[in-house]
Amino acid sequence: MSAELTYEPTAGGEKPVFFDLDEHDHPEGGSTMLGFWMYLMSDCLIFAVLFACYGVLGHGYGGGKGPKELFELPLVAFNTAMLLFSSLTYGIAMLTMEKGSVRQVQFWLVVTGLFGLTFLGVEMYEFSNLIAEGHGPSRSAFLSAFFTLVGTHGFHVTCGLIWLTTLVIQIGTHGLGQANRRRLQCLSMFWHFLDVIWIGVFTIVYLMGVLG
Amino acid sequence: MIRPPSLLRPALAGLALLAPALLGGCSTVVLSPAGDVAQQQGDLIVIATLLMLIIIVPVMALIAIFAWRYRQTNTDAPYNPEWHHSTALELVIWAVPLLIIICLGAVTWTSTHLLDPYRPIGRIDATRQVALNAKPLRVQVIALDWKWLFIYPDYGIATVNQLAAPVNQPIEFDLTSSDVMNAFYVPDLAGMIYAMPSMTTKLNAVANKPGNYPGFSSNFSGDGFSYMKFRFLAGSQTDFDAWVAKIRASGTMLDRATYLKVAKPSMNHAPTFYAGVAPGLFNAAANNCVAPGQVCMDAMMRADAGPHHAEHGEGHAKNNDAMKMSAMPMPMAKSDAPAAVSDATAKNSAQSTARLAGAGLPMPGDRRTF
Amino acid sequence: MMPPMTDVHPVVSPLLGRLTLDALPLHELPVLLAFGGVTVGGIALLAIITYFKAWGWLWRDWFTSVDHKKIGIMYVILALVMFLRGFSDALMMRAQQAMAFGDNAGYLPPDHYNQIFTAHGVIMIFFVAMPLVVGLMNFVVPLQIGARDVSFPYLNNFSFWLTASGAIITMISLFVGNYARTGWLAMPPLSGMEASPDVGVDYYIWGLQIAGLGTLLSGVNLLATIVKMRAPGMTLFKMPIFVWTALCTNTLIVAAFPVLTAVLAILSLDRLLGMQFFTNGLGGNPMMYVNLIWIWGHPEVYILILPAFGIYSEVVATFSRKRLFGYTSMVYATIVITILAYLVWLHHFFTMGSGASVNSFFAITTMIISIPTGAKIFNWLFTMYHGRIRYELPMMWTVAFMLTFTIGGMTGVLLAVPPADFVLHNSLFLVAHFHNVIIGGTLFGMFAGINFWWPKAFGFKLDRVWGKRSFWLWVVGFWTAFAPLYVLGLMGVTRRLSHFDDASYQPYFIVAALGAGLIAMGIGCMFMQFYVSIRDRNTDRLRDVTGDPWDGRTLEWSTSSPPPDYNFAFAPIVYDNDAFWDMKTRGFERPTTGFKAIHMPKNAAAGVIIGLISVGFGFAMIWYIWWLAIVTLLAMLGVSIWHSFNYKRDFHIPVEDVIRIEDERTRLLAAQKVVA
Repeated sequence: MSAELTYEPTAGGEKPVFFDLDEHDHPEGGSTMLGFWMYLMSDCLIFAVLFACYGVLGHGYGGGKGPKELFELPLVAFNTAMLLFSSLTYGIAMLTMEKGSVRQVQFWLVVTGLFGLTFLGVEMYEFSNLIAEGHGPSRSAFLSAFFTLVGTHGFHVTCGLIWLTTLVIQIGTHGLGQANRRRLQCLSMFWHFLDVIWIGVFTIVYLMGVLG
Repeated sequence: MIRPPSLLRPALAGLALLAPALLGGCSTVVLSPAGDVAQQQGDLIVIATLLMLIIIVPVMALIAIFAWRYRQTNTDAPYNPEWHHSTALELVIWAVPLLIIICLGAVTWTSTHLLDPYRPIGRIDATRQVALNAKPLRVQVIALDWKWLFIYPDYGIATVNQLAAPVNQPIEFDLTSSDVMNAFYVPDLAGMIYAMPSMTTKLNAVANKPGNYPGFSSNFSGDGFSYMKFRFLAGSQTDFDAWVAKIRASGTMLDRATYLKVAKPSMNHAPTFYAGVAPGLFNAAANNCVAPGQVCMDAMMRADAGPHHAEHGEGHAKNNDAMKMSAMPMPMAKSDAPAAVSDATAKNSAQSTARLAGAGLPMPGDRRTF
Repeated sequence: MMPPMTDVHPVVSPLLGRLTLDALPLHELPVLLAFGGVTVGGIALLAIITYFKAWGWLWRDWFTSVDHKKIGIMYVILALVMFLRGFSDALMMRAQQAMAFGDNAGYLPPDHYNQIFTAHGVIMIFFVAMPLVVGLMNFVVPLQIGARDVSFPYLNNFSFWLTASGAIITMISLFVGNYARTGWLAMPPLSGMEASPDVGVDYYIWGLQIAGLGTLLSGVNLLATIVKMRAPGMTLFKMPIFVWTALCTNTLIVAAFPVLTAVLAILSLDRLLGMQFFTNGLGGNPMMYVNLIWIWGHPEVYILILPAFGIYSEVVATFSRKRLFGYTSMVYATIVITILAYLVWLHHFFTMGSGASVNSFFAITTMIISIPTGAKIFNWLFTMYHGRIRYELPMMWTVAFMLTFTIGGMTGVLLAVPPADFVLHNSLFLVAHFHNVIIGGTLFGMFAGINFWWPKAFGFKLDRVWGKRSFWLWVVGFWTAFAPLYVLGLMGVTRRLSHFDDASYQPYFIVAALGAGLIAMGIGCMFMQFYVSIRDRNTDRLRDVTGDPWDGRTLEWSTSSPPPDYNFAFAPIVYDNDAFWDMKTRGFERPTTGFKAIHMPKNAAAGVIIGLISVGFGFAMIWYIWWLAIVTLLAMLGVSIWHSFNYKRDFHIPVEDVIRIEDERTRLLAAQKVVA
C-alpha cells in the first residue's frame, strides 16, 4: 500500500480509490511478536491463578511443616542467580544476533541453556529432598500449591530448554534469517517472562514465606 | 411475503394469556410459601419483575410494532436509510434502564442485607416482631450422602430426614456437610443455603403456617441426589413438644459410631430418631474428625497459624473425646445446660403426645404419612 | 437402588492401565445400539470416502488446509454433528423427567441420567456453541476486515484440530468407560477422587483441557488478526460491529481460558497425584474451585453471546436496508459488557453465604450489565425504525431473538437479586433462564449467521421453505419446552433430578417434553433445509453469482461467493463503517486488470497430526496407560519440532490463476447484468 494514500473521500464528488492496486507482499510474521505477547499474557494468567491458589491455600499446612521449616533460602537464592544469569546471557545472545554471528549466538544460547539446566537441577534436588522427607505435594494444601506453582514454572523452563536446543540447531542449519531472528526474539520474550515470574515466586513464596 | 409479524402477534398474545393460566393452575410455592422469610423473598421476585416490566413491556411492544410497520411491502411507512443517530434518543435508551437499575439496585442492597441468611430474623411475619428476649430454636444440619441429619442441641435429640419446629418460632440453622456440597432447601420456609464440607453456614427462618412441607438438597451431590429428601413439620408449640418427647422416649442414641454408620451412602433413608447425641458431633462433622484418630480441621488451622496458637490447639488436635465417646454407651449429656432445661420441657409435654396424633402431625416413626 | 460402588484403588495394568473389558458397554442395550449405529455409520462413511477416492481431496483441501474459510466451515460442521449428540441427551432427559414420578423410576438409573445431563451441558457449551461461535468468527472476520487470511494460518488449523480432538475424546466416553456424573462444571469434592474415582471426570478434564487449549490459541490468533490485518483505512471505529464483538470475544477468550486451563490442571493434580487443593482435609478448599471455574465461566457466557450480538447487528442493518442505529454506543456497550464480565462471577453462588455486602456488590454489577445490553436491544429496535425490513430467514431469527432474549434478560436480572436467587438458585427457573439466553440469544444468532453467510460460503442460498418450517418449530418448540420450566422453578422444583414424588409437576414436564419434540422436528427441518439447498444449488432460486445476495453492507459481500482462496484480488480501501455499502453508493468499479501474483500460506499437516495424537494422549491419561502417554507426548513434541524445521510455509498464487479466477467473475457479473 502506498504511503501517500489518504482515506478521506476525495473532494469534489470524485470517486475515491477503493482498491489498493499497488499492494506489495506483506512481510511474513508481521503479527508474530504481538501474537506471542498475547500468548505470554494468557500464560501469565495461568500463573496468576496459581499465585492466587498459593495465596489462599498457602497457610493450610494440614498440621505439617510450613515454609520456615522447609525452605533453604541460600539454595533458592543461588538458583535465582542462575536464572538471572541465564537472562543476561540470553541478552548477550540477542546482541550477538544483531552482529550476525551464528557461532557466537550459538555459544551464548548454550551458556543460557546450561544456566537453565542448573536451575532445573537445583529445583529437582529441592523437590526430591522435600518428597523424601515426607513433605510431598499431597501432604498439605500449602505443599500442593507450592509444588504446582514452582513446578509449573519449572515445566516452562523445560519447554524453554527444548525450544532453545531446537533453535541452536536451526540457526546452525538455516542461519540467522528473518524467520530465525523472529524465533530468537520470541524465545527471548519467553525466557525473560519466566525470569519475571520467578522473581514473583522467589519474593512471595520463598522470601515472604521464610522471613515473613 | 411479509408473514412473520402477522403470525408473531397472535403468538405473543397467546403467550401473554398463557402465562397467568400456567401460573394460576398450580401451587407456586416460591411465591406463596408458609414462612415469612420465603414470603419476603417471593414478594421480592414480584416487585423486581414489575419494576422490570416497566421497560420490558414497551420494548416488546415496540419490537412487534416496528417489525410490522416497517416491513418492506408497507411503502406508506417512512424510510430513512441514513438515519442512524439521535443524541436525545441515545440518552433515553441509556438513562431509562439506568434509572430502573438504580431502583432495583437500591431494593437489592436493602433486601440482601435484610434477608441475609446469617442475620437473626427481626419479625415473625408482616405484623409481629420477634420479642427481644426470644431465643431461636437451634438446629444443626449435616448433609450426608444422601440424607439429612438434624441435631437439636438444646434438646439433645437428633433425627434423620425429618425436621420439626413450632410455628412462629425463629429457627437458627447451622449447616455443614460430610463430604460433598449440598444445598439445604425448604421452599416453604426460606431460601436455600449451601451445606459444605469442612465449612459451616447459617440460615435464619421462621414458619408461619402449620403443615408438612417438602425439603431437599438443591445442589447436585451425586447418584442419590434425587432421593435426598426430608419433611419439615411445622406445628404448634405443644405439637412440637410432643414430637420431642416421643423422640426422647424412643431410646436410640446417636454416638459417633452410629453417625459413621448413618453417614455411609444410602438413598431414600427412612426418618430415624435419636434420643441422645454425642456432644460436639456437629463440630466434629464440620471439622472432618468424627472418625477415631482424625485430626480436627480447626485444631489443624490453629496449629498452622503459628506456635503461639498451636499450644492452645494441641489439646484438641487428637480427638480423644471422640474415641471415648464411641466406646461407651452414651448417656444424656447431663453437663449440657440447655439439654437439662429441655428435660423439664420434655416431661411437661409428655402428656400432649396423644393430642399430637389428633392434630394431624405425623408421629415419629410413622413413615406412611411422608 | 444403590449404585455399584466403584473400587477407589483400581488395578492398573502396565499395558492397558485401568482399561478392561468391563469398560465396554456390553451390558447396556441402548448404549450398545448407539455404539453399533455409530460403528456401522462410521464404516459406511469411511467406505464411501474410499470408494469415491476422496481421501486425498479431504486431506489436501480440508484437513490440512490453512484457509480460514475452510477451517470456519469445519468448525461449524463439527458443531452441527456434536449438536445431534447433545440434543439426543436433551431428549433423553426430557423423556426421563416426563415419566419418572412416584413408583415409576423412569428408564434411566441415576448414574446414567447424571452422565447424560453432564454430557449435555459440556457438549452444548464446548462442542456446539463454542465451535459455532469460533467457526463463524473464523470465516467472517478476515473477510469483513478485507484480509486474505488470519495472522497465524497454521495455528488456526492446529486450534481447530485440538477442538475436534476434545470432541472425539468426549465422544469416546460414550462407548469406552463412562462420562462424568458431576454436572457440567465438575465441582469438587464431588469430582474429586473420593466421590468420583472412575474415568468419568478424567474424560471431562482431558476433553476440555485439549479443546480449551485450541480455543485459547484461536483467541490469540483472531485477536492478532483484528489488530494487525485490517484493510487500509479501517480504523477501529470503522470496523463492522461483528468484528468489534469478535475483538471483545477473543479478548475474553485470551483472558478467561487460561483460568480454565489452570483450574482443570489443578483438579487433575488433585486426582492424579493426590494433591490437596480442593479436598476437604489438610488445608484444601473446594470453594476455591467454585470461584475459579466461575471466573472462567462467567466471561464464557459473554464469549458465547457477544458474537451473536454482532451477527444480529449485521443482519438487522442489512435487512432493514438502513445504517445501524447508534454504532458508537453499540461499540461502547460491547466494551462495557466485556469489562463487566469479569466482575460478576460470584452471582453464580450467592447461596454460598458470602455475606450481604459481597452478595450485593456482585448483584449490582450484574444488574449494571443489563444497561448496555438493553441499549443494544434499543439500537436494533431503532435500526428497524424507518427501515424497509425484508423478512429473509436471518431477519426472522433476529426478531425472534429480540422477543425471546428480552424475557431471558429479565429473568436473568431477577436471578441477580440475591434474596430472589436464594429461592430460585439451582431451580428449573434457572435452567429455563439460561436456555432462554443461550438458545434465544446465542443459538438463534448462530442460525441467523448460518442463513446469512451460507451463500457467501457456498455460492447458493439456503432454502426458504424448509428454513421457515425449521424457524417456527424451533421458536414455538423453545417456548413450549422452557415456559413450563419457568413455572416449575416457581413451584420449587430443583434441577438435575431424575425422579419426582409430586405428581402435580408431571403435566408441565410432559409439555416440556412435547416442546423438545417440536425442537427435534425443527432440527430435522434444518437438516432437510441443508439437503434441499445443496440438491437445488444450481437452480436460479438459490444460486448466487453476484457475491452479494442480500444487498450487503460490509466487505465480505464485495468478493465472489464462495470467495477465492485469496479472498480479495486487491485489498479494499475503507472510508466508512459500512464499507461495501459506501462503495456501492459511490459507484465503485471493480478492477478487472492489473492483477498480480498473490502471496499465501501453504497447507500444513502438523496440525491434524498433532491433534489426532493428542486424542491418544488424552485417552492414555484417562486410563492411566502410562507408556502410551509418554509415547504420544514425545510424538507430539517430535512432530512440533519437525514442523518447525519447515521454513517454506508460503507460496505465490501465480498471476495466471488470479487472472483466470477474476476473469470468470467478471464474466459472471456481466452475464448477471444482462439478465437484470
